[in-house]
Amino acid sequence: MSAAALRRESVQFDLGSIDRIPPGEGQTFLVDGREIAVFRSREDEVWATQARCPHKAGLLADGIVGDGQVICPLHSYKFDLGSGAPVRNECASLRTYRTEITTDRRVLVWIGGRETWGADA
Amino acid sequence: MKQVEKDLFAGPDRQRLVVIGNGMVGARFVEELLARGGGDRYDVVMFGDEPTGNYNRILLSGILAGTHELEDTYINPLEWYERNGVTLHAGVRVTSVDREQQLVRGDNGLLEPYDVLVFATGSSAFVPPLKGLSGHGTELKDGLFAFRTLNDCDRMIEYVPRARTAAVIGGGLLGLEAARGLLERGLEVHVVHLRSHLMEMQLDAPAGHLLRATLEQMGVKVHLDKMTSEVLGAERVEGLGFADGSTLPCDMVVVSAGIRPNVALALDAGLMVERGIVVTDELRCPGDPRVYAIGECAQHRGQLYGLVAPLWEQAKVLADRLAGRIPDAVYAGSRVSTKLKVMGIDLAVMGDQEPKDTNDEVVTYSEPSRGIYKKLVVRDGLLRGAILLGDAGAAPMLLQAFDRGTELPDNRAELLFQLAVAESSTGIADLPASAQICNCNGVSKGALIAAVEGGACTLKSLCEATRAGLGCGACKPQVQQVLELAAGDSLREDPSAHYYVPGVPLTKAELVSAVRERGLRSVSAVFAQLAGGQQDPSSKAGLASLLRTIWGKEYDDERDARFINDRVHANVQKDGTFTVVPRIFGGVTTAAELRRIADVAEKYAVPMVKITGGQRIDLVGVRKDELPAMWRELGMPSGHAYTKSFRTCKTCIGSEFCRYGVGDSTTLGVQIERRYQGIETPAKLKLATAGCPRNCSEATTKDIGAVAIEGGRWEIYVGGAAGGHVRKGDILTVVDSHDKVLLYTGRFMQYYREHAKYLERTYDFVPRIGIEKLRSLLVDDAEGICAQLDADIQAAVDAYVDPWQEAVEPVHPSQFADTLQPVGAAAGASWEEIR
Repeated sequence: MSAAALRRESVQFDLGSIDRIPPGEGQTFLVDGREIAVFRSREDEVWATQARCPHKAGLLADGIVGDGQVICPLHSYKFDLGSGAPVRNECASLRTYRTEITTDRRVLVWIGGRETWGADA
Repeated sequence: MKQVEKDLFAGPDRQRLVVIGNGMVGARFVEELLARGGGDRYDVVMFGDEPTGNYNRILLSGILAGTHELEDTYINPLEWYERNGVTLHAGVRVTSVDREQQLVRGDNGLLEPYDVLVFATGSSAFVPPLKGLSGHGTELKDGLFAFRTLNDCDRMIEYVPRARTAAVIGGGLLGLEAARGLLERGLEVHVVHLRSHLMEMQLDAPAGHLLRATLEQMGVKVHLDKMTSEVLGAERVEGLGFADGSTLPCDMVVVSAGIRPNVALALDAGLMVERGIVVTDELRCPGDPRVYAIGECAQHRGQLYGLVAPLWEQAKVLADRLAGRIPDAVYAGSRVSTKLKVMGIDLAVMGDQEPKDTNDEVVTYSEPSRGIYKKLVVRDGLLRGAILLGDAGAAPMLLQAFDRGTELPDNRAELLFQLAVAESSTGIADLPASAQICNCNGVSKGALIAAVEGGACTLKSLCEATRAGLGCGACKPQVQQVLELAAGDSLREDPSAHYYVPGVPLTKAELVSAVRERGLRSVSAVFAQLAGGQQDPSSKAGLASLLRTIWGKEYDDERDARFINDRVHANVQKDGTFTVVPRIFGGVTTAAELRRIADVAEKYAVPMVKITGGQRIDLVGVRKDELPAMWRELGMPSGHAYTKSFRTCKTCIGSEFCRYGVGDSTTLGVQIERRYQGIETPAKLKLATAGCPRNCSEATTKDIGAVAIEGGRWEIYVGGAAGGHVRKGDILTVVDSHDKVLLYTGRFMQYYREHAKYLERTYDFVPRIGIEKLRSLLVDDAEGICAQLDADIQAAVDAYVDPWQEAVEPVHPSQFADTLQPVGAAAGASWEEIR
């Protein structure tokens, strides 16, 4: 069985209006029994990652966001939101989830299927 | 196996090198020889009369004191010899050397032929011919010991439980080390010394007397000018008898009356022996080109050496010669210097202890109460000798001057007291790699060095890479020192170190004027105009703080620029919950308030109710979405236990009730806290008022503190700290009313708001600006800025709104949302390919 033949179902969830998340901030969602952190830039880009940092389970949605990065509120480890990779620190990478913004400004997120860690993205 | 192979392949060129002595010098010599490829030239055979491999004799006192384990002392275990193809006859004493036949004979009958012979026989403890050394036989009496070998050490440790009082004969370095060991093991210890001061080989008389005083404070009893004549006791030691007729009862005696080179073997072999085995600059014994001597047994240019450094130098020179690496290497003698601890006291000694002629200059400094003595001997502008006792901080610098003969500064005091800098940096240099530098994040010196080698060559990148300095920050000076040590030439100045925030390339002053000129009222506007649109997340909170200070009510408050604490007006905890700390002005509350707090704590099942250090009550472990309801029910304003702002004003009971109080500190504290509550500042401000100089509320170690003194006056302290950093505040001024305390408090706060770096606490800010300058600006109004400062702080006071009002009107529907749910699940499914 070749790798390319491996397929897994990923499920799309509708998180509702982007305005549920304050501009430039994050928000924790509970999706299908799983906590994820969803971030919105001031320019309305959206990212989704695992909810808690690999270091001490800090809630990343409470972190400060900017330049496509988030700073963990507990110990200031920085992560790239697109790839989940740590930025100038040795922490493990964050799991990231595919997101999309619909034309009517709803946020969609895909759970399951291809979730990436670090450099994958 | 290896040995057999070697023998098989030993060509006609290979020579047999026999080393008599497997001590620190003999073994070091063989190591150095092999490191220089000497294994290709020689089959090496060693004799050692102790049954072990090679060990570090210097650590024997540590074993005796119980601070070191036996394993710590091994330098080369027996396997090392095997692995390196060295034949070691351990526990075999050499009984004779036949130079005609070129044979060495061991006490087990073994004969080893040699082509080259090295004496490294070392020295033995000298036991003076006292009466009563032995009991019935020839062995030393029970309880009487020399202190030289591991075996001596073992036997002493074994004997200690049977003894209560020990006398050490000999107040030299080794004797004092033995005394330390016995003291550590709980014995009463006497040191009996023949001379008029201790350690006369290393110290001059004043230093010796100072050392004596220090030792006596530790509990050692020192007897000087005391000649021991007899060991008392029939079978075992019962005391010492002295030439002056006095006696000292004791049940254990350690003889440490100096060492004597082991020369008997060389003498029997017909070599030239004076005090030691005489050697030339080639380290060769005159008259026999095949025989050499190194170490404590060797006498070079009339000099015997007992410290390890010169002896290792000899080992190296001989290895250079014999391995053929530097066939004409010579040993020209050593300038003796040493840095060590005597009974835990730092000591560094080099060169001459005393001036040699009247032109020599002697510089001394003595501070008996701290056991410190320093002495320099200077000749022709060069350092010829030094003694540093009790504080060897200047030793590295002096050693350099001594070894290299560098010109000394005209101001000799610089040599003795250039310590503040030199001491701390050499302190770092001396630390092992495993030493923890950052105690918050557990970062070792080794980890820092590895990060520097990995390219982190600025303080900021090093801190980021390792987390060092990112906790309380107190270790940053040490991190900087490690950086300087490890980076050397590749050390780079970090331009962003001067920026107010890393993401906007401007200093605070430049940034403030750019913000004012361009009318930038929001953080995003600053990024857009001054940072090329890059929204560096690490810079947002600092910019928010500054813009609020500049614009007050006109500040365009973008909430995403705030740290989470300032978004939800509570302090985030490690599990993502928060704390609720209502304002209790000046720590003065009422029964009704307490009842409400208790009710709220109970209703919301608050996991912990805690009295804080700032005289308030902390409800800990609260979910984000519970915060607004709790605030409403408390009906009290926010205590700001979370933000970079005025936090609290701690008070003591003051003149209202306290029988010592000379000022009404509670009323003043309440007034201060009411006026300045919630004012944002570059870093947090903790205040206190004290009703008398007893200072029960610790006002002198607060960012701002007011202390009442007799006569209705208040001292105003600024820049104090008692956290990770401890500093007593400086007195800004003394005033005669509450109103004036309030005035100067506000004026200082506003100046601090405008001029401090982001997160710079007052304990750094005040010394940076200087208290004199602050007095001239804020008290004397030298630059005429006071009226503006007073007006600006008044504006900030007027602009203040209790953030807990947001319980009623949140700024965003999700402001206090804990976790949200999707609105639609499984709206669509897709298949993803997995790589």
